[in-house]
Amino acid sequence: MNNTTTLPLGKALNAGLRRALEDDSKVLLMGEDIGKLGGVFRITDGLQKDFGEHRVIDTPLAESGILGTAVGLAMRGYRPVCEIQFDGFIYPAFDQIVSQVAKLHYRTGGNVTMPITIRVPYGGGIGAIEHHSESPEGYFAQTAGLRVVTCSNPADAHLMIRQAIASDDPVLFFEPKRRYWEKGDVNLAAPIDSYPLHKARVMVSGTDATLLAYGPMVTTALRAAEVAADEGISLEVIDLRSLSPLDMNTIESSVRKTGRLIVTHEAPVFLGIGAEIAARVTERCFYHLEAPVLRVGGFTIPYPPAKLEEHFLPDVDRILDALDRSFAA
Amino acid sequence: MIENHDHPIQLLNAEGERVHHAMFSELVADIDDRRLQDLYEDLVVVRRVDSEATALQRQGELGLWAPLLGQEAAQVGSARALADDDFVFASYREHGVAYCKGVDPTQMLRFWRGSTHSGWNPLEYRMTTPAIIVGSQALHATGYALGMKLDGSASAVITYFGDGAVSQGDISEAFGFAASFQAPVVLFCQNNQWAISEPVSLQTQVSIAQRARGFGMPSIRVDGNDVLAVLAATRHSMTHAREGNGPMLIEAVTYRMGPHTTSDDPSRYRPAELDDEWKLKDPLDRVHKHLEREGLINDEFLARVSDRADRTAADLRRGCLETVEPAPMTLFDNVYADEHPLVSEEREQFSQYLAGFEGSAR
Repeated sequence: MNNTTTLPLGKALNAGLRRALEDDSKVLLMGEDIGKLGGVFRITDGLQKDFGEHRVIDTPLAESGILGTAVGLAMRGYRPVCEIQFDGFIYPAFDQIVSQVAKLHYRTGGNVTMPITIRVPYGGGIGAIEHHSESPEGYFAQTAGLRVVTCSNPADAHLMIRQAIASDDPVLFFEPKRRYWEKGDVNLAAPIDSYPLHKARVMVSGTDATLLAYGPMVTTALRAAEVAADEGISLEVIDLRSLSPLDMNTIESSVRKTGRLIVTHEAPVFLGIGAEIAARVTERCFYHLEAPVLRVGGFTIPYPPAKLEEHFLPDVDRILDALDRSFAA
Repeated sequence: MIENHDHPIQLLNAEGERVHHAMFSELVADIDDRRLQDLYEDLVVVRRVDSEATALQRQGELGLWAPLLGQEAAQVGSARALADDDFVFASYREHGVAYCKGVDPTQMLRFWRGSTHSGWNPLEYRMTTPAIIVGSQALHATGYALGMKLDGSASAVITYFGDGAVSQGDISEAFGFAASFQAPVVLFCQNNQWAISEPVSLQTQVSIAQRARGFGMPSIRVDGNDVLAVLAATRHSMTHAREGNGPMLIEAVTYRMGPHTTSDDPSRYRPAELDDEWKLKDPLDRVHKHLEREGLINDEFLARVSDRADRTAADLRRGCLETVEPAPMTLFDNVYADEHPLVSEEREQFSQYLAGFEGSAR
């Protein structure tokens, strides 16, 4: 069945949330300003009006409180979907996420499950003031018990948010906020199992080097591939989609083919997702590598003021610069 | 509501005399001689479980134990006010509550022995296992209570925390969320005067019961060493919550007669005279005195109670010594509800690593 329409990524998320609320009466949305306002990015626009204040719950302004009450609701059999208003606001909830949400299934010997989805608009590029542009995914990807995913396009946004909500494990769902308004085709009738949540996706096939990106950087990576193609270089672009677990098989197949890997993300490269991928690629296909794995990401600095963010965020030129270094190796 | 916070509500004083209270006495009018004897038996057994566990820790069988000595009445009195469907979100010292909820004391010990993170199934006993992160459980309780309200349930939740926890943000957030959502939850603070070495005066400049007012919640300050007053206060508060009137706070004023845990040394920070002062308010002694006064203490009754305590302690010791420790490969169990490739990969690798030692002396 096909019901394809063109939607911006934010609207695709809204449609996915609506579908999840329709499909399962135990699904609840909770967060700050998500009701009448529809969230500061309007991702929950209209949902409280249609599903009621008992399904779409405006909470007091306290992130630990949101996650802590979500734990209790999950124990009661609900599937809470918590909105954290901005990436930089998640830290007050850090303890509840890593000590409780992530560990309760293990701590209770499997008796308690935590089917909680934590939606986090993340990343920079929107000219925001401080604490509104961060990429904290690495903290959570290192925590056992959590699943961490991020979408890069409207079709995945619609599919992956439904899959995250249906998961019996807690899922950190990172939303590329600067891509909320980018449009793409979405099949609203896509079956929930039409593509695995934790599988990477080859966006463009290529032969000369692999470019791995996720979330907001996928669009940038695709542009870099176009520029490279004009220069006669065939880049294979992979959208990682899942940060925990990592789909190493897709990455490994690509690297075995191309012999070169560049990983890009907005988060600082030190101890980031790219570092883990580089280590694992080295373990798995060392003898297929023609050059060291290179990372293009944030510097080891706090997120800078908006007027400097264009220098902080990886862009097409920095990716192409890394590509040159890879070929020079 | 009950706003006299200076004098905690008391129904049985330290001399074992019944004290009449205009509102609360009738809430325990059903506690006849027989039921009072049962409460006494609970208090004695719980104290015995606690002392046996402390002994097992001293003998190296447990890594740690958090004694409840002195808090028996606060725990038994509140737990005996609960209906089967009510749900308990505990801190880590509520062995007496767990006992009343039907948890086998051996199951409690497995956590402190280091054999498991969770000695029992929280959903089966309707009581959570120890919450070490101080105050975190009050938010879980609030969420669970909100779920009960959404379900139209006629039950309520009780959560336990200590005086130290009131300084935690999660406790304030729980108060705020519970009040805003009018969640059916009773916030039960055992103010045992000490957060390890820190006196309650370092945590708060007003009584803990008074804090509720700022959140728009009624509260009760009760003598936590008086099992009848705690029973009455908890019955009142749970009914309040069940009937849709929102949350309530109970401050049970008690005293941690022992150390914070078996690793602690209270002689470094609190005067022995204070301990002596509180010994006069012992929660068991006053019930004993009262029963004596009423002619309800006789050899047969004392033998029955002591036999029950002895048997429970013996079962506890045997259960502890017979613990079957978890096998190495259980390390990887229940990290996720669904398969996770990295955990599966590491499980497989570790299994092969262990297999390499088969037949060797390792």
